[in-house]
Amino acid sequence: MVSPLDRKLLRDLARMKGQAAAIAAVIGLGVLMQVMMGGLVNTLDQTRQTYYDRYRLADVFAPVTRAPDRMLDRVARIDGVAAAETRVTGSALIDITDRELPIRAQAISIPDTGGPRLNDFFLVEGRVPSPGHPSEIMLLEGFADARAIIPGERLTATMNGAKREFQVVGLVQSPEFLYTTAPGELVPDDARFAVIWMRRAALSAAYDMNGAFNEVLVALNRGANVEVVKAKLDLMLDAFGAAGAYGLEHQASNRFVSEEIRGLRISATVVPPIFLAVAAFLLYIVISRMVQSEREEIGLLKAFGYTSAEVSIHYLKFVLVIAILGAIAGALGGIMAGRWMAVFYQYYFKFPFLVFELDKSSFVTGFVVSILSASVGSLFVLRGVFNLTPAVAMRPPAPTDYSRAAKFSQGMRRYLDQPSRMVLRRLLRHPGRMAGSVIGIGTGMALSVATLTMMAGFERAVDLTFSVIDRSDMALTFVTPLSDRAVIDLARQPGVEHAEPVRVVPVILRNGVHSYNGAIEGRVQQPQLNRVIDKRILPIEMRREGVILAEPLADILRVDAGDMLTVEVREGRRPVLEIPVIGIAQTMLGAPAFMEIGALNRALKEPGRVSGAFLSVDSAKRDQIVAAIKDMPAVAGVSQKEDARRALVELMNTGPGATRYIMTIVAAIITFGIVYNAARIARAERTRDLASLRVMGFTRNETAFVLLGELAIVTLAALPMGVGLGYYLTYLIVEGFSTDIYQIPVVFSPSAYGAAIVAVVLAALVSGWLVKRDIDRADLIAALKTRD
Amino acid sequence: MARNDEKQIAFSVRGLTKTYGEGAAAVHALRGVDLDLPRGEIVVLLGPSGSGKSTLLNILGGLDSASSGTASFEGRELLEMSDAELTSYRRENIGFVFQFYNLMPSLTAYENVELVTEIADDPLDPGEALEIVGLKERTHHFPSELSGGEQQRVAIARAIAKRPTVLFCDEPTGALDSTTGRAVLHVLKNVNEQLGTTVLIVTHAAATAQMADRVIYFADGAIREVVENETKLDPSEIEW
Repeated sequence: MVSPLDRKLLRDLARMKGQAAAIAAVIGLGVLMQVMMGGLVNTLDQTRQTYYDRYRLADVFAPVTRAPDRMLDRVARIDGVAAAETRVTGSALIDITDRELPIRAQAISIPDTGGPRLNDFFLVEGRVPSPGHPSEIMLLEGFADARAIIPGERLTATMNGAKREFQVVGLVQSPEFLYTTAPGELVPDDARFAVIWMRRAALSAAYDMNGAFNEVLVALNRGANVEVVKAKLDLMLDAFGAAGAYGLEHQASNRFVSEEIRGLRISATVVPPIFLAVAAFLLYIVISRMVQSEREEIGLLKAFGYTSAEVSIHYLKFVLVIAILGAIAGALGGIMAGRWMAVFYQYYFKFPFLVFELDKSSFVTGFVVSILSASVGSLFVLRGVFNLTPAVAMRPPAPTDYSRAAKFSQGMRRYLDQPSRMVLRRLLRHPGRMAGSVIGIGTGMALSVATLTMMAGFERAVDLTFSVIDRSDMALTFVTPLSDRAVIDLARQPGVEHAEPVRVVPVILRNGVHSYNGAIEGRVQQPQLNRVIDKRILPIEMRREGVILAEPLADILRVDAGDMLTVEVREGRRPVLEIPVIGIAQTMLGAPAFMEIGALNRALKEPGRVSGAFLSVDSAKRDQIVAAIKDMPAVAGVSQKEDARRALVELMNTGPGATRYIMTIVAAIITFGIVYNAARIARAERTRDLASLRVMGFTRNETAFVLLGELAIVTLAALPMGVGLGYYLTYLIVEGFSTDIYQIPVVFSPSAYGAAIVAVVLAALVSGWLVKRDIDRADLIAALKTRD
Repeated sequence: MARNDEKQIAFSVRGLTKTYGEGAAAVHALRGVDLDLPRGEIVVLLGPSGSGKSTLLNILGGLDSASSGTASFEGRELLEMSDAELTSYRRENIGFVFQFYNLMPSLTAYENVELVTEIADDPLDPGEALEIVGLKERTHHFPSELSGGEQQRVAIARAIAKRPTVLFCDEPTGALDSTTGRAVLHVLKNVNEQLGTTVLIVTHAAATAQMADRVIYFADGAIREVVENETKLDPSEIEW
């Protein structure tokens, strides 16, 4: 049997369903964000791991120049090695069209019979090349899709200097190539790098590797020491031109995927709690004011002899039903949104399947926070009500003493009419309550400001990178470092306006225990085409005495200007250098380090070497220049700025950055939710006053003015607060969005603030309109008959 | 006076004062009240508004505190009771009827009565309580579907359903027309007679005094006069 109090609870909930739903939505969205992001990250992480396991991705990769097949047995006998496989790989160039430069590709062998023991692939379409058919190949699906190549098509590729015709028989996905990045670029681009799989016999013939291999893949036993195995491999393969074994953590694609998932995880850790905290705060404010308005009923229940505990439990049930329903809806929504996002990211990460995995802790956090904030909000008010004797609680609060407020506005009597004075005095008399509304709306707006500013930050990142930092039209990468004469030759090409050399050297940067696998870029003293800028967006001049680090790199290495850095060069004679840090640069892409090109070459004892160049060209002669470069065998790749820009925008829109859209929507809904709740509560508190005004002969609009005037003033007061709070909240949220691949700057974007202000004002107008509709419909007699 | 000696004293009040506010703004609602009220009577407290009668009723009902003095119910000192003791005092002994009914709008007549029978030890059946007030036909109506008089009768049913020793009525007819008011008073009389409940009615409608055993006149926070009626009128005979 349901007790009468519980029936009251259910009917009250039904009566207040609009407001209850708005409250539940606010907390639900906080929980949704938490559950969605937690589930998304866990799913992606779990999927990646499962993908790697199922397709037996190697733990260690050991490239060599050329080693005989018999070495395989010796590698397999190394302690800790579970499986080993050799393969042949080589670089190739694919000709797509005459107008375009050939596309760089990596060719990889698969055993002549059967599939690979390690680094298996997932056949999406078509079939595996038949043994004995050397012209049959499989292509990486991402590239084939980007270039609209389907099985059955023919393709021309240059391998080891010889141009050959191939037939595409299958498209595959591979855990080894979730991301492909064209040489000399940071941002992955499916269209500009290809992977080809061929039978070993055919590929060995092409690269003159019969009876030999140039890469060993190794899977380790559980608990095996990676470092020891790498060292043994290097020692064993040293005579065969070992380039240095590396673990999965340094494998390009895995590093990128890991970095992206890590970025998402940081977003998932930093951002949803902010939303949840704001939602919890709003819940607290709304619930406490709602319970406040039940004061008379609370007094009545006490008069009947209900104990404080019984009354508290009744109201706790009331708010908990709202909070828990909101949390459940948020959790379910979060699961669905998380799955939907995971499917979205599945394409982005090119996983052939998904392993859904929920983040249990996010449920716990979401529910605990919702329940706590609702309970605290109501208990706080209940305690205040219980401190009153039932007789006092049951009476409506004695007419508030407005005499103090009157003093403030006495001078305004001349200028303000009666209703305006009512609005003003009420605001002045209840500063606490008004502050609650102002803080609530301000906080909601701050969320909107922060998410919108972050949007502007993304645009700013693209803009800074491609308009301020990189002012070149295209960037060339050479196959091997060349003499600096090459750049002078390039500058002489018709249509090339300016050419600037660059020398990129792969290095490991170390500061004590902190290290980073990256590269140092040698630049001319005063770069014009691709500049290095500081925080004030002023160009930094390359000086001879040291290295300039991008800010995120300085953070990773925990160094500042003036500190010394150990630089292990991973090319040529592999010297280890001690170089001082002389400056910190603002960059949006990657974590580069810069040096003056002459100083870098001197440190390497390789004077006058360049590994690439930036060009500015006459756009009318662009095609001509591309055609000329196409004939230069030394050029490994060209990236045109427009392609790079497009690739970055796409990365930001489909990668971790994509969640910014959802966050902006959620922020907008939360903002509306709190404004609407503030309006509803103000209306509930003043039902009688408003009816009295109507009875006295005030028109509907005049009556509404008394209420909406208050809402207007509260909203206006909340705007500066939202601006201020939003400014700081932006730092927190943007921090969560920056990844190793790109950084999002905090920009002061007037349009973001403007949009947030417009959104809040709009929310206030809509709420005001909804509430006014309510007032217009109100039954005057009923309102007045209500006990007062 | 001989009659008083036979009756048990329900309430005994000595030197009771109640002051709201402080200093110049202080309002003296009660300025030293002495009173003994026997059980089983209908007592009417009469006086202009602000004379302190409602304050006295609230203090006796355990809804409000006093500034000084003593007030006991059947020998137990109300002013020394803790919050929990006052709660159980109200729960076990007292029923309230208010001027504006104070029904829970989201509960039906029956459920509003049930709200009280739920926490009482030996309550009437809610249906029975509603029958006593003549609302048997309207048990499943919501307050919004009842007239003012009917709502007040539900409030009375709710108050008597726990079989209280004392029924406090603060302006029970204040919001009603004379015909409806009479009907409500009739219900109160029946309760007094049928259940032996002591009924305390606070009102400024002087005519109500004619149905009382005892009339207490209030003015300026003190008792001006106590009159025992030799003959009581039936509510239907009262002239308004």
